[in-house]
Amino acid sequence: MADWIVFWIIAPISVVAAGAMILARNAVHAALLLIVNFFTLAVFFLILGSPFLFVVQIIVYAGAIMVLFLFVIMLLGVDQPVPLTEHIKGQRWLAALLGASLVVEVALAVRLGIGYSHGRLPDFTAVNRGGNVQALAKVLFNSYFFPFEVTSILLTVAAIGAMLHGRRNIAEEETVDTAVGETAT
Amino acid sequence: MNILAPFIPAIPLAGAAVLLLTGPRWRDRSAGWLASAAVAVAFGLAVTVFGTLVSRPVTLRLSHVSLFEWIGVGSFRVDIAFRVDPLSTVMALTVTGVGAMIHLYAVDYMRGDPRYARFFAYMNLFVFFMLVLVLADNYLLLYVGWEGVGLCSYLLIGFWFERKTAADAAKKAFVTTRIGDSALLIGLIFMWSRFGSLDFDRVLPHAHALANGTATVMAMLLFAGAVGKSAQLPLHVWLPDAMEGPTPVSALIHAATMVTAGVYLVVRSHQIFEASGVALTIVAVVGLVTAIYAGLSAIGQDDIKRMLAYSTISQLGFMFFGAGMGAYSAAIFLLVAHAFFKAVLFLGAGSVMHALPDEETDMTRMGGLRRAMPLTAVTWVVGWLAMAGIPPLSGFFAKDQVVAAASQAGRIGLWYAALFGALLTALYETRGTFLTFFGEPRHRGHPHDPPSLMRTALVSLAVGAALAGVLGLSATSGLLPKFLTPVVGPTKEAVAGPSELVLSIISVAVALVGILTAWLVYLSGRIDWMALRVRFASAKRTFQRGFYVNDFYSGAIVGPAKLAAAFVAYVVDRRVVDGTLTGIGRLVSSSAGAARRAQTGLVRTYAVGILLGATAVLGYLVVRS
Amino acid sequence: MRTPISYFLLVSALLFTIGTVGVLVRRNALIIFMSIELQLNAVNLALVAFSRQNGNLTGQVLAFFSMVVAAAEVVVGLAIIVSLYRKRRSADVDDASLLKG
Repeated sequence: MADWIVFWIIAPISVVAAGAMILARNAVHAALLLIVNFFTLAVFFLILGSPFLFVVQIIVYAGAIMVLFLFVIMLLGVDQPVPLTEHIKGQRWLAALLGASLVVEVALAVRLGIGYSHGRLPDFTAVNRGGNVQALAKVLFNSYFFPFEVTSILLTVAAIGAMLHGRRNIAEEETVDTAVGETAT
Repeated sequence: MNILAPFIPAIPLAGAAVLLLTGPRWRDRSAGWLASAAVAVAFGLAVTVFGTLVSRPVTLRLSHVSLFEWIGVGSFRVDIAFRVDPLSTVMALTVTGVGAMIHLYAVDYMRGDPRYARFFAYMNLFVFFMLVLVLADNYLLLYVGWEGVGLCSYLLIGFWFERKTAADAAKKAFVTTRIGDSALLIGLIFMWSRFGSLDFDRVLPHAHALANGTATVMAMLLFAGAVGKSAQLPLHVWLPDAMEGPTPVSALIHAATMVTAGVYLVVRSHQIFEASGVALTIVAVVGLVTAIYAGLSAIGQDDIKRMLAYSTISQLGFMFFGAGMGAYSAAIFLLVAHAFFKAVLFLGAGSVMHALPDEETDMTRMGGLRRAMPLTAVTWVVGWLAMAGIPPLSGFFAKDQVVAAASQAGRIGLWYAALFGALLTALYETRGTFLTFFGEPRHRGHPHDPPSLMRTALVSLAVGAALAGVLGLSATSGLLPKFLTPVVGPTKEAVAGPSELVLSIISVAVALVGILTAWLVYLSGRIDWMALRVRFASAKRTFQRGFYVNDFYSGAIVGPAKLAAAFVAYVVDRRVVDGTLTGIGRLVSSSAGAARRAQTGLVRTYAVGILLGATAVLGYLVVRS
Repeated sequence: MRTPISYFLLVSALLFTIGTVGVLVRRNALIIFMSIELQLNAVNLALVAFSRQNGNLTGQVLAFFSMVVAAAEVVVGLAIIVSLYRKRRSADVDDASLLKG
């Protein structure tokens, strides 16, 4: 019963925050709205029986990734309001159309029960025996050990890549900037 | 000894190759000597081969020399093989003998020409191809020679290609003979389809088994080739124009040898013609009609070479007539004799042209040259009388036998016509002689006899023209007819009509009438022939222009063909073909231009694209299940 | 649990769609990027929902990995956006159209 109430409180917040995010004129506002969305998602994770992910979502996503975003926003000074005019013809119509069709398709899929069963949900407590963290660890370090190692390498590579990318070289400063909006010859 | 046979054509080929490859290095006359030597050596070899042939008994006078297998496809096999038998030997001797003399003449005649060595290269090449033609042991090799002589004819007619008339004449010769050549090729294919082979020994002995219709078609296809190559009606129009080439060319190719290839073909294939009921008659009629037509046209010619050209057409007509009457030996005999006296006449004409300023060919501007050029005149007279058929010169025996064959076969109507043809021959030839060498001089300049080499050639040929009669003193028992019997069968006995002696007397009488008429008009002074020309100008023009056959072709065939060609070139080629190609190009580039617009460079449009695809796939998955 | 899994899936779909529309419609590079993050999170939600439904932890592990990769991706992506901004003085995505055909 508890999850029913929580769900029906949190879900609208989630959707509305997301919608507002994409319509926000100020980048900082958008970032903050996204953080709200992330929090709601964390709660969803909790309801769905994954306390570990609930915490990780908050720490990693809301706490690290969005902070990064905010740093960059501040760095680039793009907190000025941006114009919402659209230059590409038909883009908005297409976006609306495609978005609608996506929802419809997924709804249909869900309704028709494609790919999942309608049966009673199994008992999840057995899975989390010994705590969600321990259970996750058991799966992670046994069946998914190789992807685990690879992702750690990935993280290292990403960090190095970002570092290289962000270097300011003296040569780079003297490179001629291509004028904004100029098309290739 | 008959392994020598392949060398007969090979030596002139070597000569041609050497001269083609190293032409510019030769000093003028040396090239000519080399070429003449090549042909002379070939003649010597031909004589040797002839000797070995004669030394054998009559039944064994045939040998094949096969060099190698040329085509071997399934059961069809064609070798590069030469045939040594009486007919091919006679032809080879004629070609090389007369050819050598003409080469010798040309050594001095072509002196000073910038492309001297190349001229002789072409001449040698021509002799090579002609020998291949007559010595071939199968129809395909014969056809190779056939085409080869056509090529050389083109090269030599258009030797002075800077002159537009010469280039056009060469083209005309090639295209006109092509019509015949194509028919001949179809005939060969037809022959293969019936016999499975093109060897003489696999085709001809079995030809009698052909059905009447089949034989007629095959014979007519072969004859069509002959009509083209030997300039018979209606494909004769190229020969008068071919006189644009140097005179030795006219003598060799268009009198003595190439044009006789058609006669050779018909005689060689006579079994096929005999298997058909009508083929021989058609040959005879075409030959006779051509002979008379050309004879009439020759009377109206003022150009000495054109007169001789029409004369050749006419004499070839007689040869075909003889073959059509079944008198094959007589036809070949006339071929050989004609080679001599026509060569003499052409070379004599060449000497006259060389001697007068501006290479004069108009006989109305000649006259009385016998005093200035006595030797030329004498040799010409020999040739003239031989052609007219005055005994004891060769022409009498040869032409007489051909004409007599008609009477002996009982075809009286044809005999009268043939006699008329003989009359015309005497008439136009005498006219030519009198206008050129007799009467009052109307020429400019100071003509004289040609240099010694040319004189030698003239004299040798004149002797041949005079004495060649000895080859066929009698139609049935003469040397040549008996020699050719293994190939062409025995001369037919007279079926009807007067005896040989009576026929001969009639022939001579007719010739004399012709000569007399010409003397009356042109030499006796009793008739003002110059005024006559003016009065009957339009009639004369008709005769001179070959009864407008050529003009008819120009208008009816060539004109539309040129229009069609222009249409295809300018309309079809430019608009349709080029248009299609450029159109395709433009289509590609315009569609590329349209497709380019998808490359906006904007990330967001690409994102739309991705999403579209994803939605479509998703939708498909949903719908499918 | 009383809420059926399909509800979670629907929410996930909605969030994903909103993220997609955000990518298509906005011009600011950073906001586009944030929309992409939204999409990723929507998928994470779906994963965990399925994990609950199937009764094993595979979905959760996958969601975990997805988060790790998203973190790395954000790092690199932001670095790119920063250097792009330095070059062009503009964070407008439509200005980077040098590949126009």
